[in-house]
Amino acid sequence: MLTRRVLPLPGLSSVKISPRRNLGDVVFKYTTLTFAVIVLLLVVLMAYEMYVESKPSLAKFGWDFFTSSTWDPVREEYGALPFIFGTMMSSLLALLIALPLSLGIAIFLSEMAPHWLERALSFLVELLAGIPSIVYGLWGIFVLVPWIRTSVEPLLSTHLGFLPLFRGAPYGFGMLAAGFILSIMILPIISSISRDVLKAVPQGQREASLAIGATKWESIRIILKDAKSGILGATLLGLGRAIGETMAVTMVIGNRPTISLSLFDPGYTMASVLANEFTEATTSMYVSALVEIALLLFVITIIVNILARFLVWSVTKKS
Amino acid sequence: MKAQRRYIPSFHYYKRMLTGRLMLFLCSLSSLVALVPLLLIFFYTVTRGVDYLSLDFFMKMPKPVGETGGGMANAIVGTLVLIATGSAIGLPVGILTGIYLAEFGNGKFGTLVRFLADVLSGVPSIVAGVVAYGLVVIPMKHFSALAGGVAMAILMVPTVTRTTEEMIRLVPHSYREAGLALGIPQWKTTVQIVLRTAFRGIVTGILLAIARIAGETAPLLFTALGNRFWSTALDQPIASLTVFIYDYARAPFEDWNNQAWTAALVLIIIISTLSLAVRFVTRSRYTQR
Repeated sequence: MLTRRVLPLPGLSSVKISPRRNLGDVVFKYTTLTFAVIVLLLVVLMAYEMYVESKPSLAKFGWDFFTSSTWDPVREEYGALPFIFGTMMSSLLALLIALPLSLGIAIFLSEMAPHWLERALSFLVELLAGIPSIVYGLWGIFVLVPWIRTSVEPLLSTHLGFLPLFRGAPYGFGMLAAGFILSIMILPIISSISRDVLKAVPQGQREASLAIGATKWESIRIILKDAKSGILGATLLGLGRAIGETMAVTMVIGNRPTISLSLFDPGYTMASVLANEFTEATTSMYVSALVEIALLLFVITIIVNILARFLVWSVTKKS
Repeated sequence: MKAQRRYIPSFHYYKRMLTGRLMLFLCSLSSLVALVPLLLIFFYTVTRGVDYLSLDFFMKMPKPVGETGGGMANAIVGTLVLIATGSAIGLPVGILTGIYLAEFGNGKFGTLVRFLADVLSGVPSIVAGVVAYGLVVIPMKHFSALAGGVAMAILMVPTVTRTTEEMIRLVPHSYREAGLALGIPQWKTTVQIVLRTAFRGIVTGILLAIARIAGETAPLLFTALGNRFWSTALDQPIASLTVFIYDYARAPFEDWNNQAWTAALVLIIIISTLSLAVRFVTRSRYTQR
């Protein structure tokens, strides 16, 4: 801390340093503190606001809201199960596609690529992350969905049609398209965080395993084992992104509140029902039910994110 | 002298080598595969969007249903108004909270705020829209640009807060000590020395946050709503490029679909310009040192 003693310098005898704390300092501290409190209040306010709005629905449906699959605005009966199912199914499908690819990219970037290539590739992956959701959706409607309808789904149904996953008419719009587009969207976040996690593994691990005769791949496997929890964290961050993703999914998933095992069938997610029906919701119970879905989305993504950040932090804090 | 015995690799050895080669090949391949959608999206946006890209698109208003042609002048201005409103609310909160965290945020309260900012950055943007609906649209009883701005501000705060904090923490401690040693009060040291040094970094954070909200659609659907007419009033519904893309992409008119592609191209150009600006700002910082 500052010492408050005044040295008697020649010619500066008039300079006095007040022993009290500078008024400006106090003002400055409390001004910035006010804004920090605003951030704190904002999060509380968000949760409280949605809780108040969804009260009628919470009171009327209780736990049935999460287990009922009736979504009928005409008869004022609301159950969110089809949306919860749709969100889970599309997100898991996205993870299934994106995770192996992202791990491959992370390994390539951190263990194999020369520095210039790593920088160039990282930049391109960053670009992928910067494309707005709505542009993914536009591309999904006019390019991805027709391709899935004419090429992917017929191929899957002829070769793997015996599985319940690949039955039904090939619409194009449906769970498969949603999972596909989500996987492209979460690939940047999973791969870039996994790369950081892999880079945080001490160099000695690589050298030690290579020195006892491991091949490059065997050495990478050991590093992967060290980075396991961080990679799990990166995966969860990607999952959080997939759960909350709205526009692109809404544009390709088909928007029908059904629960079907087939990936060809249209579905609906929590985020896309909000996007589609919020402005059309005429009765207060309808709005209330929709806000309850938003609240659920809020709570789920917060839990997933907290877990993820904790896991990533537990690996990278050491370096 | 005895000849050294030649080492004969076993089958097991070949298996290990081949697995290794195969896996490394697959890793390189996955990096290539990831680039395919990127190239495809850029390819389609440019080739399909460029047809309608003309001065009319920027200068004219949307035509009524059934007529072809027209532009999106109101949507471009609307997006700018929404960004400005969001920034006016979100930037002061984000920057000052960032300063608080960097200067005084080592205690429990600081950790809590830092944690909440991180949590906030993971909240889906549509949830921000629902909150803005409850906070602004319901009391005002109608959709408005202000509500859209509030939703965007909520999305800006975490990015700006964390980059501001990190950039201030990057300033060498000796700068601060030098200021204090001259007898300058702490707040003046922070404002005139530390913030000035971290300025470029903070601008980077602001640009990143703007790039993020410029492409947002979901939080605008039931706050700013959209508008086919010219409006810059904060208390009225306002048009935006992203909501126009959403409406035009689902419309059954080919002309509208094509305009959606052009709007997407314009949006990507705006966002790329912002991220290029970020690169420029950060690069010249490093060459200066």
